[in-house]
Amino acid sequence: MSARPAGLPRWVDVGLIPACNVALALGVAGLIVLAIGESPWRAIRIMVTGALGQGEAIGYTLYYATNYVFTGLAVAVAFHAGLFNIGGEGQAYIGGLGVGLAMLALDRLLPGWLLAPIGLALAALFGAAWAAIPAWLQAYRGSHIVITTIMFNFLAAALIVYLMVNVLIAPGSMAAESREFAPAARLPMMHEVLGMVGIKVGHTPLNLSIVIAVAAGIGVWLFLWHTPLGYELRAVGHSERAAVYAGIRSRRVVVASLCLSGALAGLAGLNEILGVHHRLFLNFVAGAGFTGIAVALMGRNHPIGVGLAALLFGALQQGGAELAFEIPSITREMVVVIQGLVILFSGALAYWLRPSFERLFARGSG
Amino acid sequence: MDELLVPLLSTLGATLRVATPLILCAMAGLVSERSGVIDIGLEGKMLAAAFSAAAMAAVSGSAWAGLGAGILTAVMLSGVHGFACITHKGDQVVSGVAINILVSGLTIVLGMAWFQRGGQTPQLPPEARFMPVWLGHNLMVYFALGLVPLVAWVLGGTRFGLRLRAVGENPQAVDTAGISVEGLRYRAVLIGGVLTGIAGTYLAIAQNAGFSRDMSAGQGYIALAAMIFGKWRPWPTLGACLMFGLLDAVAIRLQGVAIAGIGEVPVQLVQALPYALTVILLAGFIGKAVAPRAIGVPYVKDRT
Amino acid sequence: MAALAAEPPAGIVPPAVSLIGIDKRFGAVHANRAVDLTIARGSIAGIVGENGAGKSTLMSILYGFYAADAGEIRIRGRPVSIRNSSDAIALGIGMVHQHFMLVDTFTVLENVMLGAEGGAVLAAGLRAGRATLERLERDYGLGVDPDALVGDLPVGAQQRVEILKALYRGAEILILDEPTGVLTPAETEQLFRILRTLKARGTTVILITHKLREIMAVTDRVVVMRAGAVVAERDTAATTIEELAELMVGRKVRLDFAIAPCRPGPVLLKAEHLRVRDGRGVVRLDEVSFELRAGEIVGVAGVSGNGQTELLEVLSGIRPLESGRLTVGDRVVTAEAPADPAAMRALGLAHVPEDRHRLGLVTAFAATESSVLGYQRDPAYVRGPFSDQPAMSRHCAGVMERYDVRPRDPKLRSAGFSGGNQQKLILGRELNREPKILLAGQPTRGLDIGAIEFVHRRLIERRDAGCAVLLVSVELEEILSLSDRILVMCGGRIAGQLDRAEADERKIGLLMAGAQGTAQAA
Repeated sequence: MSARPAGLPRWVDVGLIPACNVALALGVAGLIVLAIGESPWRAIRIMVTGALGQGEAIGYTLYYATNYVFTGLAVAVAFHAGLFNIGGEGQAYIGGLGVGLAMLALDRLLPGWLLAPIGLALAALFGAAWAAIPAWLQAYRGSHIVITTIMFNFLAAALIVYLMVNVLIAPGSMAAESREFAPAARLPMMHEVLGMVGIKVGHTPLNLSIVIAVAAGIGVWLFLWHTPLGYELRAVGHSERAAVYAGIRSRRVVVASLCLSGALAGLAGLNEILGVHHRLFLNFVAGAGFTGIAVALMGRNHPIGVGLAALLFGALQQGGAELAFEIPSITREMVVVIQGLVILFSGALAYWLRPSFERLFARGSG
Repeated sequence: MDELLVPLLSTLGATLRVATPLILCAMAGLVSERSGVIDIGLEGKMLAAAFSAAAMAAVSGSAWAGLGAGILTAVMLSGVHGFACITHKGDQVVSGVAINILVSGLTIVLGMAWFQRGGQTPQLPPEARFMPVWLGHNLMVYFALGLVPLVAWVLGGTRFGLRLRAVGENPQAVDTAGISVEGLRYRAVLIGGVLTGIAGTYLAIAQNAGFSRDMSAGQGYIALAAMIFGKWRPWPTLGACLMFGLLDAVAIRLQGVAIAGIGEVPVQLVQALPYALTVILLAGFIGKAVAPRAIGVPYVKDRT
Repeated sequence: MAALAAEPPAGIVPPAVSLIGIDKRFGAVHANRAVDLTIARGSIAGIVGENGAGKSTLMSILYGFYAADAGEIRIRGRPVSIRNSSDAIALGIGMVHQHFMLVDTFTVLENVMLGAEGGAVLAAGLRAGRATLERLERDYGLGVDPDALVGDLPVGAQQRVEILKALYRGAEILILDEPTGVLTPAETEQLFRILRTLKARGTTVILITHKLREIMAVTDRVVVMRAGAVVAERDTAATTIEELAELMVGRKVRLDFAIAPCRPGPVLLKAEHLRVRDGRGVVRLDEVSFELRAGEIVGVAGVSGNGQTELLEVLSGIRPLESGRLTVGDRVVTAEAPADPAAMRALGLAHVPEDRHRLGLVTAFAATESSVLGYQRDPAYVRGPFSDQPAMSRHCAGVMERYDVRPRDPKLRSAGFSGGNQQKLILGRELNREPKILLAGQPTRGLDIGAIEFVHRRLIERRDAGCAVLLVSVELEEILSLSDRILVMCGGRIAGQLDRAEADERKIGLLMAGAQGTAQAA
């Protein structure tokens, strides 16, 4: 029983406490750097310059952040419906597969301006379809979404390994990679787009996907808080029985929200396949699906928060690469450690600090 | 005769080797979840234990020191899980995911920093490992097999087991009977830590001769699947572990082999079977897996 | 201090329980205010008070579930500190909670032994436990099979398992928190017989209830609580229901306010032979047939759990029928042509659910959002593909004004309103649309007197405006004072139908107990 129910000012609740949680996570990461025998301050300096120091670094940071916006929004949408979608990794993987299959089939037949929207649609569609099965099983068969989405991550990996090794591998290739798409089948790079309007920036993997990511963020915000279906989704998430009593078809809402979640995750596959690599290969999602969990928790499941958290993790990813280069004893996986710590402190331990702050503010206000 | 018997025996031996970490982890998950605490973090705890055990064995040259380090590491992570989920009523799934992700990064970061071998620990000599003692299997295999009747007896025939099962079904009943809900759940989670610690140690210094990155390779999740498949009961869970172990052993044997009439079975299909079967089971198409009623719900005293 | 004066001289039996200056706050709620209380050994004491009067909190403190902020507890004259339930158990205090603390998947024996297993290994303890249960069975005749699974037992038997649990631990002081809410009159009689046996054997019984009839039937002494404080103590023989009611409420109660006779109009809802089975295959409703006319209030009485919830769920389209026919306007609902809640709402049927906190609104939503729950797709609140937030806010402000919801803050989270104001918000939402049919489940449960009156007036107002109202309540007084006709449910069937003029508590009580009646068995 808290001394003052709902007694905290809003800025403490949505600003200070989450910030403290992230600070704790970063603090523990700093201790790990210390334990390795390096200076955390030097590490931070290298990471900040590595992530934001110059145009190209910023380009890479934004490119990584693009993936995290998609997967973070995916997790957030599911959270609002009361569902924990751990399957973003697999959905992104399958989304990328959808883009790849479409391009391998159509890239020599259709013009680029038609291929891009087809790729977008298929990434979303495949991601949604991969989420739809666990969603349906949860809504109509009572399976636990967490377990099924975990299992579907492994199933996605097995499926794609099989396809890459046996079906899609480019003739004569040693690695499990498809052939490269025709030049028409790619999303415009941001340096090309900005170059057309006269802004010169360095060559980075940053592509038009980031515009789609921003649009997705705005779209999710509008959807959740300004449409009837978004209202129903949140009602189901907060209180499914109340929603059912109010005539909301909760099963359909569960399936719809997880499909939307899967579609968003699938778009991370679009960024990687159609935006950057222009071919299919193994493990191109590289953990972005799991990063999405940290992003959503840190961003408190709000699109603005998700955007900010995605930027932070993008910067960590890019800065981490720079850090591994400068201090070889600290590897890139340090970023994964920070993700884990953020999920721990911002997610599992989210209520840890609350009572302390409540006491503090109760005393402060007399 | 030998043509049939030898591959059969070697497949059975391989099954047991693969199933051992599954059994240990699944029993860990079973004890934790029967007390009402979801344990998604089996994978991470096992991986962390594998790293600690290998690192300690490499430094000290003692397998038993490795075992101690492995258990200690996994127990500490279980303590974190308990601190977040039991003391601070955090989300159990989120906490488990945090542990898994944290460990997948930390083992590599520390491995690189300490051993500079691309995330691997040094190759261990036989003295620093658990070597086969009987019929080609090491101590831990027999421990895992003996663990199942032990868990079954503790759950069904002891005071601790009765209370553990009660707290997973109705923690309020336990609280009002004057027993600490948190104490029981902590004990369950920490027992799970010990067992995942042994599982990780087995991976690194019994089954293999050192740690390599991501060496748990999803086995913690398979163990979770086996536990669900066994409907949170020890003997059926053992059966599921052995079945999944057999699938794995068969997958390795089938690699590149064409079967008359079917052709080559894709290895990925066999490897995916445990996951697919678990999904199908959870969907209620083959029996119904009913979880402990209070699972996943932090215990908060109700103001009535 | 009064309690100190009550300290007995040496040689005289000290009271079983003395509470001295017990004080407890939950945040802003002052649940117990300096409560002094003495309960004599071997007596049956009643503690009465309205919902929220602090009875349960006080007893939870005695049982070690909460710690008091201030005050002293004495057991048999000795000051004690009770920090948790095991302290209480060790002092010989047992408690039967309102919601049973039983593990459904365990047998009766396992449940009884939980926490008192008699050793680290179960086998020996189980044998001894079985012997003890047999002895208790001989002494008190509770009639429970030690090997039955608790989940399979009827409610009354589960309650007796709870009593067994306390006796098994050697309880000399037994607290029962609202024990009869879920019992039929026959089961209640059986419980009272058990309590008298306990008293005869020297056990002290504390009965928490808000039902005065039960206090009069079984207790020796009665303590009245109001707003967290003890306001009176009486010998039961020296008081009356009327006096206790007055003390409980703090002013004259007048439930029978004048109601104009109803003028029933056409039939708006017709139920014929409704039959419903739950997920476990148990028949919950059987052969339920009745009509609901415009301009009348039909009350549904019954002990809770006798099909009322299922009836509301069927009528509102939440639960499918197994067989039978439900006609609302010109829509016919059958097993083959099921309805859903949205479709029923579209027919002009509004529903105030029984459990408002969990079902009536989304507590995490702002009041604005909860004020349109179920109507979020109504054209009035939608513009193009988007929700019309300003329209929702205007609607919410209007409901708050007309139904006196306080505080008048549409942005406040629904959980931030008191129970009464939540209920007014829900009533406002449902009534504002002037429904043709209103289903009201326990509309005044947990409300204070003022809010109850407000809700009652609104229901009558709708009736007079031609709405057909179905009122489901476990409060007989509410049913009697509002209904034009009364249906009594028992075991999923309609046990009887009474007109306003012929109905009284005795007749309804008999019907509630069932036609063949467990009454005889008792």
